[in-house]
Amino acid sequence: MSLVNYATREITCKIVYYGPGRSGKTTNLHYVFAQVPDDRKGKMVSLATQTDRTLFFDFLPLDLGTISGFTTKFQLYTVPGQVYYQTTRKLVLQGADGVVFVADSQARQLEENIESFQDLHANLAEQGIDAREIPLVIQYNKQDLPRDLILTSAELSDALNFRSVPEFPADALHGPGVFETLRAISELVLKRLSSPARV
Amino acid sequence: MQVDSRHRFDNFIVGSANRLAVAAARAVAESPGSVYNPLFIYSGSGLGKTHLMGAIGNLAVQREATLSIEYLSLDDFVEQLHAAIGSGETELFKQRYQRVDILLIDDMQFLTGHRETQTELLRLLNAMQGGGRQIVMSSDRPPGEIADVDERLITRLSGGLIVDIGSPDYETRIAILRAKCEERGVRFWPGVVEELGRLEFSNVRELQGALNRLIAFQTLGGEQIKPENVLTVLGDLPEAKAVASRATPARAPAENEFQSFLTDVASAVAQHVQAWKVKIAEAIAYWTGEGYRTGQLERLLQESDPPANWESLLRGFGATVERLKALAQQATEVDAALGGHELFRDPERLRDAELLVDRALAGATPPPGPSAAFTRAGFEVSSSNQLAVKAADAVVAEPAERYNPLFIHGPSGVGKTHLLNAVGNELMDASGGASTVACVSAQLFMDELIAALQEGTVERWRARYRSADALLVDDVQFVAEKERTQEELFHVFNALHADGKQLVFCSDRPPRELDGFEDRLRSRFEGGLVVEMQSPDRVLREKLYARFLAATEHAAQPELLAYLAERPAASVREIIGTVNRLVAAADVSGTPLTAAVARAELEPDQAASARPSTPVAVRAAADTFFLDDEKVVWDWTDAPTRLIEELK
Repeated sequence: MSLVNYATREITCKIVYYGPGRSGKTTNLHYVFAQVPDDRKGKMVSLATQTDRTLFFDFLPLDLGTISGFTTKFQLYTVPGQVYYQTTRKLVLQGADGVVFVADSQARQLEENIESFQDLHANLAEQGIDAREIPLVIQYNKQDLPRDLILTSAELSDALNFRSVPEFPADALHGPGVFETLRAISELVLKRLSSPARV
Repeated sequence: MQVDSRHRFDNFIVGSANRLAVAAARAVAESPGSVYNPLFIYSGSGLGKTHLMGAIGNLAVQREATLSIEYLSLDDFVEQLHAAIGSGETELFKQRYQRVDILLIDDMQFLTGHRETQTELLRLLNAMQGGGRQIVMSSDRPPGEIADVDERLITRLSGGLIVDIGSPDYETRIAILRAKCEERGVRFWPGVVEELGRLEFSNVRELQGALNRLIAFQTLGGEQIKPENVLTVLGDLPEAKAVASRATPARAPAENEFQSFLTDVASAVAQHVQAWKVKIAEAIAYWTGEGYRTGQLERLLQESDPPANWESLLRGFGATVERLKALAQQATEVDAALGGHELFRDPERLRDAELLVDRALAGATPPPGPSAAFTRAGFEVSSSNQLAVKAADAVVAEPAERYNPLFIHGPSGVGKTHLLNAVGNELMDASGGASTVACVSAQLFMDELIAALQEGTVERWRARYRSADALLVDDVQFVAEKERTQEELFHVFNALHADGKQLVFCSDRPPRELDGFEDRLRSRFEGGLVVEMQSPDRVLREKLYARFLAATEHAAQPELLAYLAERPAASVREIIGTVNRLVAAADVSGTPLTAAVARAELEPDQAASARPSTPVAVRAAADTFFLDDEKVVWDWTDAPTRLIEELK
């Protein structure tokens, strides 16, 4: 899937929210969804289990209208975080223009974060994508939790962000950091319009 | 339908959301047909499209009373069209609309699915635009978003100016409300109108409805509404609720969040979109709309970096399309049905299109063919010409396979032309008449070229020969020193040879002796098979005399034939001349043609003195000049006549 189609004047960005289970990927999407004015709202598709865990994936289409003559659409996806949904994760990751890694800031989740981050790299590599090339930002979610339960952004950064990609502390439930993250990944992705990605 | 006289510019409140639309509408009303044509206005319902269209009509008539103005909704148009079709008066319908100076069509969004209306409208738009008449249309969405509409119509609709009218902002809403209050003669408590204006009605109609409600409440209730009561009075209107809920601070920054995200994305897109690709995409959209294939440009879009010459490629594409148009035009002149051929729509197959036209033109006037008088069956073979004949037969059996080109040379009158035409006829017969055999003398070839140069139809002339399945050129030595003809011959030669077509040339001398010929042509002649046809030998002479005498009333006696065959003859023509002469002599004297008569006629001196015919031997040894009937004085006048002549 190409990012920009000059012939039909369309820009379509696929952004995948990746991260360990319960880190707040779906919450990110819900918050974005809630802020979208009604006339731009697509239908958010969520395939969740009874306990509200993402089973397959969430899909939030964002119609941003016509920008510079291009019909611009963003597609936000989340992957199921649980380890055993490996196949679905790979599926959702296909054709992604950018990835947001949502890390769980809780100290006891550090291992899961690292494991999931490695999983992301493995899956990208499997699809022939160089993780250094694809636009990536990291979000340290749940920073609103009590200090003694969580790691600070700096600590998480040490553990995860060895490549110094843009990173954002966030509280996806209440909003802070959500749009900052989305904006950062969007800019990285759109930058590729002028230096088109290898397909 | 008449324009509503209440719809005027002076009672249309102008705000930031509709300023452009109003300015455009005013410009159109002031000089219809010359600026923005067509003008396409779109907006959500209740924002003043109809008012604006009415205002155009009213102002235009006010400025020039003679203008004919027609306002109608698309539904009316469809209905009228159907009625016209039903009553068989479509012509009347067309004429009626072609007389209109300003056509205002409302609610264009209903165009969806009405195929025949679209066609009719397209035609009407073309006619009106061509005649400099103004068209104004309105819709609740831009042309491109009206579903299921012919692409050509959309490009027409988009061809002028498309303007939208947005929802009125606060100031505009207040201005509208005040104007309405004034119109209705209603006075409100200070602040009431402002309070109402704070509600974000997305369209003016709803705003008016809310105002009506306040007016009704005030007049019927008999008490003045206070600003703080406005929301209560309008309590159950959705907009009022929206404002009430928006008052909670939690949501206010949230909306800004998305908005600012959108702004950022917009600036990122504007910054990173590649302008050159946009240009190419525009060109693709345009040419696709015009019905041309654009694969060539589409491939350019795959490039990640702008090709250095993309602008010239784009221009070149335009030029190619122009060439295709010209070709299509040419083709149409030859054959109307051919003009629509799909090759004329694909710039990548320009060469094919050119060939198609060439073929069409060639088909219209085929090159000169072989003369039917010269048949292979009527050609006598002997050792003096059998090599040439065998080669010719091989050419007929396998055209362009064995001897290509075949170059036949020999003195004048030995049957080269006959053989050449015979080959042409055989080739045509072999293909059942399907193939085109060009059989032409070099002289005619050159004359045709000169004529074509004069008429400027060289391409067509060239195409005639290039489309031939075989080219046979007689007396090729004639084009010596004729550089232009040689050049054309060279190109035709190459084109045909490359296509595997047979070429045969005749000349009075072998290629290496062709002076005044360019080497490239000479070497090409040498490239196939060069054969010589010699003067007829005894066997051939006997055959020929037998054949020609058989065609006369005189029986060919063996003795006569033997006598004649012994006589040398440089060419077939000489043999024909001899036969004619003998026949004439026999006829004059009224005696049958015998060897004696022949001898008496051909060798009068020897016949008289009965001496052996030494001159014959002399002639046989001498060069061909002395053997030519026309050049040798056969009969000297007798002595008395010569004497009288001298005395004179």
